[in-house]
Amino acid sequence: MVVFIVIYGFLKKVDIYDTFIDGVKESFSMIFNLFPTFIAMILAVNLFINSGVLDFILSFFESLFSLIKVPVEILPLAIVRPISGSASLAYLNSIFVKYGPDSFIGLLSSVIQGCTDTTLYVISLYFGSIGIKKIRYSLYAGLFADLIGIIASIIVVNLFFN
Amino acid sequence: MVNIIWMILIVVGVFYGILTNNLETINNTIVDSTKISLDMLFKIFPVIALWMGLTKIAEKSGLLEKLSIKLSPLLTKLFPEIPKNHESLSLIASNMIANIFGLGSAATPFGLKAMSSLQKLNKKKDTASRSMITFLVINTSGLTIIPTTIISLRMMYGSLEPTKIVLACIISTLFATIGGILIDRILARRYKN
Repeated sequence: MVVFIVIYGFLKKVDIYDTFIDGVKESFSMIFNLFPTFIAMILAVNLFINSGVLDFILSFFESLFSLIKVPVEILPLAIVRPISGSASLAYLNSIFVKYGPDSFIGLLSSVIQGCTDTTLYVISLYFGSIGIKKIRYSLYAGLFADLIGIIASIIVVNLFFN
Repeated sequence: MVNIIWMILIVVGVFYGILTNNLETINNTIVDSTKISLDMLFKIFPVIALWMGLTKIAEKSGLLEKLSIKLSPLLTKLFPEIPKNHESLSLIASNMIANIFGLGSAATPFGLKAMSSLQKLNKKKDTASRSMITFLVINTSGLTIIPTTIISLRMMYGSLEPTKIVLACIISTLFATIGGILIDRILARRYKN
């Protein structure tokens, strides 16, 4: 893919070197924008996890989840994911610390994070920008797509890596 | 919304820590969190930088545009209300392609332009039109082939195969997108009456 893009650009007579540098420069502003939300969310999420509240809450759901053979640890990810990308990334971070990225939970969480999006944020941003107040069924449809994504991830990860 | 969640996470976490006599953990967590954030940022930064450099070439060379044109027959089926050759279709296509390549920040400007272009076709200006909702659902179903951030985060924690999840992600995201479009169709019909 890397080679393809570079050769394609060269053949189309694009100034590939300078363009690449420009693109990298743009990533700086993106990272700058990410940093404050990272700090805020890692602080909050880690407080919630390290204090033991999360384990306490999850223990209620454990038996239900073990019934369908799904690790209960993905529940917070599924709840937080549509609301805040940084918070779910912070939680994914803590899962990697605890279980490692190549564990079953690590793989499953990676796929869930990858195949869903911050539905609530996108809806408020896009509709807010053009002054739409009645969003009708868009929230249900968006969340339903996320739910399908999560169910599909569980099935696919089970088939691929178990 | 985010305000409330943020407060609940912090307040509940701290109080639970106090109740269970775990004050030291709480203090350490507060002090460490900035360091962890910075670590995380430094680790995912190189991958994002590299990928954004490459996609800039894809953008300048017209590769993204070419891919967008390929999408348009599909789009006219997904958005039957939009007149053919309307500008919003190409904006939607650009947004989708940028999303597929994992370029969230490049996708957003296209998405916002597509929305305001759809608003021109909209009859009731304060109510979301059917095309807008279809576009949003496709957008929020997380259509992507390169989940850059996750791959870099996996690398950071020493994953042996950071890209192992890519195929599983693509399949799951396809299901999510198709499921989203189906429910969008069903709800669109129900809300008409």
